[in-house]
Amino acid sequence: MFGATERNAGVCLVCSRLGCGCSELPELNMDLSILLAQLLNGVQYGLLLFLIASGLTLIFGVMGVINLAHGSLFMIGAYTAYLVAKTTGSLWFALPAGIIGGLLLGTILERGLFQRFYRREHLDQVLLTFALILLAEEARSAIAGNDFQSVPIPPILDFSVPVTNGFSYSAYRFAVIGSCLLLAAGLYLWIERTKFGAMIRAAAEKPEMVDILGLDARRIHTTVFAVGTALALTAGVLAAPLYSVYPNMGDGFLIISFVVVVIGGLGSVTGAFWAALLIGLVDTLGKAYVPKVSGLAIYVLMAIVLLWRPQGLFGRETR
Amino acid sequence: MVPTSKLSQIGLAMAAALSAALPLVASPYHIELGSTALIAAMLALSLQLLVGCTGLVSLGHGAFYGLAAYVVYLISPADVGLSIAITLPAAIAASGIAALLIGSLSLRAKGFFFLMVTLAFGQMVFFIFHDTKIGGGTDGAYLTRPILGLFGFDLPLTRKQRPMAIYYVNLIQLVAMYLGLAWLLRSLFGQVLTGIRVNEHRMQALGFNTYRYKLAAFVIAGMLAGVAGHGWALHRAFVNPELVGWHRSAEALLMILMGGLGSLAGPIVGAIAYTGLGEVAQLLTERKLLVEGAVILAVVLLLPKGIMGFKLPEFMKLGKPDGSNAPAEIEEAHTQPGQGQPVPND
Amino acid sequence: MPSKTTIALSRRKIMKGAAATGLATAVPTGWAIAQAKPLKVGLMLPYSGTFAKLGENITIAVEMLIAEKGGKLGGREVQLIKLDDESKPENAPQNADRLVKRDQVDVLIGTVHSGVQMGIHKVVKESGTLTIVPNAGNGAVTGELCARNVYRTSFSNWQPAHGMGLVLGKRGIKKAAWITWDYAAGQESGQGFKEGLEKHGGQLVQMLTLKFPETNFQPLLAQIAGLGVDVVGSFFAGGAAVQFVKEYAAAGIKVPLCGSGFLTEGTLAAQGAAAEGIETALHYGDGIDNPKNAAFRKAFKDKAQRDADVYAVQGYDAAQLLSIGLDAVKGNMEDEKGLHAALEGAKIDSPRGPVAMSKEHNIVQNIYLRKVTNGENKVMGVAAAQLADPGKGCKMA
Repeated sequence: MFGATERNAGVCLVCSRLGCGCSELPELNMDLSILLAQLLNGVQYGLLLFLIASGLTLIFGVMGVINLAHGSLFMIGAYTAYLVAKTTGSLWFALPAGIIGGLLLGTILERGLFQRFYRREHLDQVLLTFALILLAEEARSAIAGNDFQSVPIPPILDFSVPVTNGFSYSAYRFAVIGSCLLLAAGLYLWIERTKFGAMIRAAAEKPEMVDILGLDARRIHTTVFAVGTALALTAGVLAAPLYSVYPNMGDGFLIISFVVVVIGGLGSVTGAFWAALLIGLVDTLGKAYVPKVSGLAIYVLMAIVLLWRPQGLFGRETR
Repeated sequence: MVPTSKLSQIGLAMAAALSAALPLVASPYHIELGSTALIAAMLALSLQLLVGCTGLVSLGHGAFYGLAAYVVYLISPADVGLSIAITLPAAIAASGIAALLIGSLSLRAKGFFFLMVTLAFGQMVFFIFHDTKIGGGTDGAYLTRPILGLFGFDLPLTRKQRPMAIYYVNLIQLVAMYLGLAWLLRSLFGQVLTGIRVNEHRMQALGFNTYRYKLAAFVIAGMLAGVAGHGWALHRAFVNPELVGWHRSAEALLMILMGGLGSLAGPIVGAIAYTGLGEVAQLLTERKLLVEGAVILAVVLLLPKGIMGFKLPEFMKLGKPDGSNAPAEIEEAHTQPGQGQPVPND
Repeated sequence: MPSKTTIALSRRKIMKGAAATGLATAVPTGWAIAQAKPLKVGLMLPYSGTFAKLGENITIAVEMLIAEKGGKLGGREVQLIKLDDESKPENAPQNADRLVKRDQVDVLIGTVHSGVQMGIHKVVKESGTLTIVPNAGNGAVTGELCARNVYRTSFSNWQPAHGMGLVLGKRGIKKAAWITWDYAAGQESGQGFKEGLEKHGGQLVQMLTLKFPETNFQPLLAQIAGLGVDVVGSFFAGGAAVQFVKEYAAAGIKVPLCGSGFLTEGTLAAQGAAAEGIETALHYGDGIDNPKNAAFRKAFKDKAQRDADVYAVQGYDAAQLLSIGLDAVKGNMEDEKGLHAALEGAKIDSPRGPVAMSKEHNIVQNIYLRKVTNGENKVMGVAAAQLADPGKGCKMA
């Protein structure tokens, strides 16, 4: 935590003495290094979005389910991190807890509930998952209370790396970037390079293929749902120390993840990856350089993309 | 969509008559609650033209609703209200123009993408009111209530009488909207919309320019949402950005789903049920969300066709053109409810 | 916890009955009977969602004061009716109606969220229901939209930030920036900060904003080093404040951070070392040394098993103000003249020190300069004594 104590040694009283450290570098360099920092921010944010969006897009692609409760799964992951860190004193247990818990929860939800809804209309799924959001919020309130809670960064990663003069980047954020990239690579290999992945791709492209080829649809569905859920929970675990945990925290992430999924193309994990990075960068750079319109930026982007390519960047012509 | 049997028609007329009698027995609070439900019903009903009738699921419908309310705010002077004869047409016109602009672009996308594009446009309108000072910014603003009256004759209303008058205005608007839509759906235009919902390609093959029909439906729905938004301005005299946001659209969608997709009465029943549910849940418990969540879950699990589908299943059949029932069922299981996307090889 | 029951007889019926009895026996006057009727106090607060904790603390503090008074205010039994406003502005008029028109409360205490406050304000301006605001700080409520029946015992967004600006200005700070959410509370606090700075020749160089309630602060933090300011002030609250302070520390920015006190209020445990040394200004703080505060904190801890915070104080004072008003008219809410005279003239002995009401019905109070020391918002002194909001545009009828 040296960043904190060092900085605050001076406080407002002597700030005029401390505050002029920035004039050592020439202006242009300053702008460039800020841009670099902003790019880093955008990438980190985008990768986190990818973890959420990839599950969403897989579940939609294979089962055709619009899961509004995906944001709640993210919230559950974050609260898992909080509860695990609180009871065991270490965040490290939260990661396996999130992954295993996610797989379990996904299996239970799929077998117990969602399975009945594949044949139903999309709008029924919307209604179902909306009800789940409300119930998840009540459960959260009953179990963890309504307070916002901070989740400590593991001590090993609790330091900052200076990226520009006057701006450092938290090591934990680098760790998040690394973990997300690892997970993305794993997901890519699983889907593109394994036999089971081929089945998932087949199922996502042409759901009727599954029956024609005599594949075990039930197993595919449960697995995809479980993995998607686990990804959302993992994203929540990773995000908890960055964003703290608080009621309704899934809401904001849900909508933006849908934007990612749509821009990337429904069902396309690769599309979700690039779209997530795009959204992360546009949102971050928009906030930094044109704050007045940054709220609009991602929606304008989505509208433009969809009017230009109605099936999304990586989507197929008809689905 | 529209009840054809004498029995259901009499039932609807009786429901309207009962609603008209409500203010005679209800407390002032419940009259205002009634207005709230009626406005919600108008919004849901206007959306039903898109969702249930044409198979277009929009998440940007709140934009036209909120825009209408904001228009009333923007054109009303600070001290004396304008006549409803000015504010209502202005609100409808603004919503209609916005719907024409947004619809002409959004309708290029289909299915789930259409839903997301309308969401995007809805959020753009939201941010216009949320992030600029046009309409009072994030906290919203108060407006001067429009004056109830026609051709220069204003109703002389005391403050006590006003809620009841507003209730009747909204009730008349809702009934008119219902009858208008019922008429519309029986016309050729309505038949084409139903055809688009069931199978858009077939309609195109028959020589219909489906884009134009869909756009017309989108604009009409937007204008009707404007009527609802105007009703809100009249009722509450208060605008805030949340009126425009996607939550409002989602809520209207929820009402339709609760009431049933298959009939025009569905959204009205759904809106009343949803408003009532909020009221009852709040009275029963401090865990309001738990009750709401459980009830919605029960509806979706036990009443797959909504409340109306449960009570009057024949509505579903009546709504669809003869002979197209079976294929429509199969298609709708695979695609968006009547997104009009063709099954391959069809 | 009193349950939500609707009393079958309306007030008018009871008054009529009272008048009839009065004629017959000539002993009990109308209000004496009305006095026997419990006083209905509606609490419209967030009990779910992001601000639930604030709503809970305000409620506990209100209940505490009523219990201290033996369950009676102005001699009347108090019936509390709670309503969760969910912090949803679009439902606010309907929710306010529930209390005002359905339950016919005599007094409404609410709320936290300023957008919801606008909805309440609309309803109570029309109904004339006595309303006490226990948190929402939007200037309009005691500014251009001020109303005779609406009082505020919390703060205006302008007040704490103005105190911070004054302190920095006095120290000779020339250039500062302000980071906040782009919404009413953020803008108004920024304005207060700016006016404070300018009083002593300082200057607000830039206002950095992000959308409410987003918490992606990194794009803003990366810009600070390039601004060339001496100090960064900010307004965030709750979970966002936790995250902001932690990220500010992690970003290694050399410019000191300060702000409106909500930045470090009720969040210190979560912020940990990242908050150490941060200076903020607020109308409350730890270690305010008066007997009232000591007693209040102890009582709150006994009741709630957690420490009191500024929100609890605001709720407590809302109930204190109500108690003063009702005592003055002996529970007779019909005596509006006497009631408002008492409320306007109220001098409250608050845990935060002495407070009063401005003519716009906003609270006049000390703004304290605090510094985070060992996980406490230690009060360093008074940033602005008995500071009143300018209350611009208020034309009290």
